[in-house]
Amino acid sequence: MRERTAKWFKSGTPWIWLNAGAVSVSLLMVLGLLALITVRGMSFFWPSDVLDAQYKQSNGTEIRLIGAIDRTETVSVARVRDSGYTLEGEEPVDRHLIKVGNRDVYGADFRLVLQPFLTDIKYPEDILVAERREWGNFYGFLLSISEGGKVIAEGDAAKQLLPERLEHALDLFDEIRSIQQREIGSINYQLERLRLKQRSLELKGVDDSNAYAAIDKETESLQKEYDIQREKMTTLFEQIRRDSIRVETMDGRKIDIPLEKVVRVYYPNAMGMFAKLGFYFAKVWEFVSAEPREANTEGGIFPAIFGTVMMVLIMSVLVTPFGVIAAVYLREYAKQGLIIRIIRIAVNNLAGVPSIVYGVFGLGFFVYFLGGNIDALFFPEAQPAPTFGTPGIIWSSLTLALLTLPVVIVATEEGLARIPRAIREGSLALGATKAETLWRIVIPMASPAMMTGLILAVARAAGEVAPLMLVGVVKLAPSLPLDGNFPFLHLERKFMHLGFHIYDVGFQSPNVEAARPLVYATSLLLIIVIVLLNLAAIYIRNHLREKYRSLEN
Amino acid sequence: MSQFAGPSPVTFLSYISYILGSQPDYYRRNLSFMSITADTNFLMRWRMLKDHIARHAVGIGGISVIIAIVLIFVYLLYVVIPMFEGAEIREVATYTLAEQDEALYYAMEEQAEVGLQVGKHGKVLFFKTESGSTIREIPLPIPAEVIVTGLAEADPASGILVAGLSNGQALVFKHAYRITYPNDQRLISPVIEFPLGETPFVVDEQGLPLLQLAAQVEEEQVTLAAVTQDKRIIISHQAIQESLFEDEASWQTTRSEVPHPLEDVSYLLLDKQQRDLYVGSHTGDVSYYDVSNWEEGPELIQHLAMVDGQTQMTSLSFLAGDISLLVGTSDGRVSQWFPVRDEGGKRVLTKIREFDDFSRPVNAITSEHSRKGFVAVDTGGQVGIFHTTAHRTLLVEPVSEQTIKRIALGPRADAMLLQDKEQLHFYHIRNEYPEISWSSLWGKVWYESYPEPDYIWQSSSASNDFEPKLSLIPISFGTLKAAFYAMLLAVPLSIMGAIFTAHFMSPRMRQAVKPTIEIMEALPTVILGFLAGLWLAPYIENHLPGIFTLLIILPFGLFFAAWSWHMLPASIRHRVPEGWEAALLLPVVILLVFFSMHLSPVLESTLFGGDVRIWMSQEFGIDYDQRNSVVVGLAMGFAVIPTIFSITEDAIFAVPKHLVQGSLALGATPWQTMMRVVILTASPGIFSAVMIGLGRAVGETMIVLMATGNTPVMDFSIFEGMRTLSANIAVEMPESEVGSTHYRVLFLAALVLFGFTFLVNTGAEIVRQRLRKRYSSL
Repeated sequence: MRERTAKWFKSGTPWIWLNAGAVSVSLLMVLGLLALITVRGMSFFWPSDVLDAQYKQSNGTEIRLIGAIDRTETVSVARVRDSGYTLEGEEPVDRHLIKVGNRDVYGADFRLVLQPFLTDIKYPEDILVAERREWGNFYGFLLSISEGGKVIAEGDAAKQLLPERLEHALDLFDEIRSIQQREIGSINYQLERLRLKQRSLELKGVDDSNAYAAIDKETESLQKEYDIQREKMTTLFEQIRRDSIRVETMDGRKIDIPLEKVVRVYYPNAMGMFAKLGFYFAKVWEFVSAEPREANTEGGIFPAIFGTVMMVLIMSVLVTPFGVIAAVYLREYAKQGLIIRIIRIAVNNLAGVPSIVYGVFGLGFFVYFLGGNIDALFFPEAQPAPTFGTPGIIWSSLTLALLTLPVVIVATEEGLARIPRAIREGSLALGATKAETLWRIVIPMASPAMMTGLILAVARAAGEVAPLMLVGVVKLAPSLPLDGNFPFLHLERKFMHLGFHIYDVGFQSPNVEAARPLVYATSLLLIIVIVLLNLAAIYIRNHLREKYRSLEN
Repeated sequence: MSQFAGPSPVTFLSYISYILGSQPDYYRRNLSFMSITADTNFLMRWRMLKDHIARHAVGIGGISVIIAIVLIFVYLLYVVIPMFEGAEIREVATYTLAEQDEALYYAMEEQAEVGLQVGKHGKVLFFKTESGSTIREIPLPIPAEVIVTGLAEADPASGILVAGLSNGQALVFKHAYRITYPNDQRLISPVIEFPLGETPFVVDEQGLPLLQLAAQVEEEQVTLAAVTQDKRIIISHQAIQESLFEDEASWQTTRSEVPHPLEDVSYLLLDKQQRDLYVGSHTGDVSYYDVSNWEEGPELIQHLAMVDGQTQMTSLSFLAGDISLLVGTSDGRVSQWFPVRDEGGKRVLTKIREFDDFSRPVNAITSEHSRKGFVAVDTGGQVGIFHTTAHRTLLVEPVSEQTIKRIALGPRADAMLLQDKEQLHFYHIRNEYPEISWSSLWGKVWYESYPEPDYIWQSSSASNDFEPKLSLIPISFGTLKAAFYAMLLAVPLSIMGAIFTAHFMSPRMRQAVKPTIEIMEALPTVILGFLAGLWLAPYIENHLPGIFTLLIILPFGLFFAAWSWHMLPASIRHRVPEGWEAALLLPVVILLVFFSMHLSPVLESTLFGGDVRIWMSQEFGIDYDQRNSVVVGLAMGFAVIPTIFSITEDAIFAVPKHLVQGSLALGATPWQTMMRVVILTASPGIFSAVMIGLGRAVGETMIVLMATGNTPVMDFSIFEGMRTLSANIAVEMPESEVGSTHYRVLFLAALVLFGFTFLVNTGAEIVRQRLRKRYSSL
């Protein structure tokens, strides 16, 4: 056996195994990361059971705990002892992070508890979880429902009545928001335009009093419209404030929650598998379609998805023609020589230039230089408030277009290079001009390569955050870059972005612990989009290779 | 299109295309032969025209895209370059003022449109700086026959002045400016205010003239030091006393005499904190007192000679912030001194740096109000503009034939008044970025109040007198440190992985493995950064012993697993075809990871007393940051692995097969073939892969931003964080003022990043192209 081992060592096989190990480690890192994000991201929407238990604190007092276990970790006994608990033995113990919610009552959403001190664990079916518009979730028991301060239902009757009342409140809330965003938003937008128009007239030194009178008249009618809408809102507000519920927390405190502040209520322990699944998908839908709440830590991420898509679309429109033209020039028209070789190397290397450098360039050149000059030329009436001279979606798209330009150029060039020369020559021999050959033969054949380049560019742009932080992304944009107000597409507006959302909620939010699951979910979404895009690019690339391989033979 | 090279059908076609493609005239002539009607002729022309337009459009488009790319570099440079330009001055006007009194002091208001002169006979004259015409003349409320014998400015930004009178009294007054807009025109109307009342107060009870003064006036307390004609130094301190019985607070005055050994007292300076008093003589002797303790009187801290030998001290003044002293000497030097704490904690005046640009004695020095710069003149009529932190001489220029007696700088340091024997000269100054020099960016700088020269990045602060510390060394160091740890993980893993994947792995597995690892490259780094900061950092903190155990046992575990496999009976071994070793090892790696993570708490409680971080800081004094180099190394290593892996794999895979087969045929084992033939052949490709990976690690922003803690410290410790160039830009760019020095320094940081990655990538690219050529020749 020893001889065999020695021989094995001498052959160098162990080193090959070690190299194989490196592949395994790398693979595991990728798969582990994807698995981690998938599990954490997917479990965010699941309504986990809420426990009700007795817990002995480090000072010896016992309290009642109601909450959902967020995650569990193993800690050494020494650390437990350091925090004031007395514990026998040397076995490491489990420590749970329990979400107890009720931030308005306890001050913090989470509590760390040790498994050995948790006793009398139950999962009562009547524990109510209420998602609220502020202060995070509520965990506790429903006592009664009041209308205008008077109790109208208690106990089971209250439980019966609650869905109906909540539905009513939610409808009212939607109506109010729709008025705020659509009608009033539009009125404000038009008022602002009128103000700018007037300012512009003043700047031009127009003396025509008719022009001013027209503006005044319009302003007046808008103001009237505004008053009507306000009136409507006031009544709606009165209606929505009518109902409230009285609930009891784990330490026996009774608090009132107005229904206007409630988004959703459910009884997780009473839910069956299907009810939970239904709830799960409802939450997923809310996540991708709703607006964020509570400083982005709750609710959906729709504006971020929308902003990302818009930005990427504008970028694609900008980058594709320029990238393709540059590639066609380099490959088809330019005289191949030292200079073109240098340019090609330079273009290749630009793909390796740090993205933050593009951000700095975008901020200095696009935002301050170009934007500042556009403002001075075309929007003097808005001064000193900048219109284009401030970070915005158009500058972000331009910056990212520049950033992804090398990707498109390189991919297109590769595609052009793969087209056999005989095809071009055949076309030319039949009397087509060079432009016709390009337009009718070469570019259609190279289009899958351009597509690959574009997809890779989009994938890169969708995940890029660092430059965007300088040129236009914000944590909360008041309005989308596309809306119903003329001219519909507002290129100067700031926007929200999935990648930045992850950074912002994960690192800048005051309540990181509560926001963490949402960040995992957002990450998962972003990864899915990007992996799909990349797989598409890889598929097209491979397909393309096959196609040309058959052409060459 | 291509050259004519022999009679094959393809080249014949290409010959036609050559004619058709690039010689339209010839083509047209031939075709017109064949043309039947004018119609086709027209069509032909139209097509030719389109071809022409396309050629030019694509040419212009292509070249403009390439220009756009060059523009990035040019624009960064364009923003950075002004920082390194010197200062410029431009004479606007020369005049004599209407009031022919002997001037003691000049100053200007914020816009530098109105100047002020204080004369010996107590007249304050406001004048237009551009013409010298009088705006207003205000006599100070001093008794007749009394003249002003000495004048001192308190904090220059406040505009408060103290006049020492010939009767031993002093008067505090302030020049202020009201700005109104009658008829949309800006009108500046100067006024004189008296913060302590219009009556002068007694400083010297003997009634002797006060020759030199130094004063600081604040709302709660006023300190004034004065030198009398008989060379006594009197220091008077007034503080507001809240009385219990009276409603109004009253000023409580303490007066004491400062004993001093000096022959003559020519300079007297008191700092803003009303603590440090400097008394200097022409011979260069300076006494440094602490006057903050009023009960016990002034305390002498140090007495020293600031100039040596025959030289004389010709000027002494504060730098903005009142911490540093600027000493001008008769041999034309200006030096900066400030108190530095020695080992015993005692403050010792230390010479920090010296400017040696004049050949004549330095006649006057004036500091800028909000920057650490100053203007000095010599007796030969030369004026110089300097900056202390950057140790930079921005300008030395002769401006007058005569000796310049006094200088006044505008508060924004954009204008100055120079007074020679009879005339006033008004200058505009353009000096926007004096803080930047090679030494302040890349060298050790001795900053005010620091015990020694150091590399520090601290770009902003709430205080006005803040000295910006703009050394790029700490953040460049952080960049390299982060990249180093990332490469430490990524290089071995990715190269070894690539060797196996390219050379030993079965093709079927390779088809799955390669895209998987390449997809890693597309993962947004913000996700990696988020995981590193919020999941990995706390995880590592809790499993530190486990992580290091894993590092040690992983290779041994793999060896052991391989050996066990080898020892298995052949019937089992042969069930798995060759090239699937990596798949076999997957469970082993998972097992090892689980094992070490579970071992972690056990190890921690048995070996390290329960908490490894406390143990480390007690045993070795190693501090532990939660977001440290280990975290960054792992996360950024992860981001770099696919880049290196992919290029290395391609390089190894492209090694011509006949080389491998030759080597194997000669009896070398697969491993020997790998090491001696394949790796050697592919080594330039591997080198370029590592370079490109390095470029990526250096420029990565989000991971370091989220996983390092972003403190700009210079520390080699693996358990501490860092701040990198890219993260620094991301953190500070949004809050920097456009066009300011800070803004431009951040552009410089971007330019450094750009330059570094561009060079590294170009090097790698050239190496790769050479390699490609070599393969094709093999």
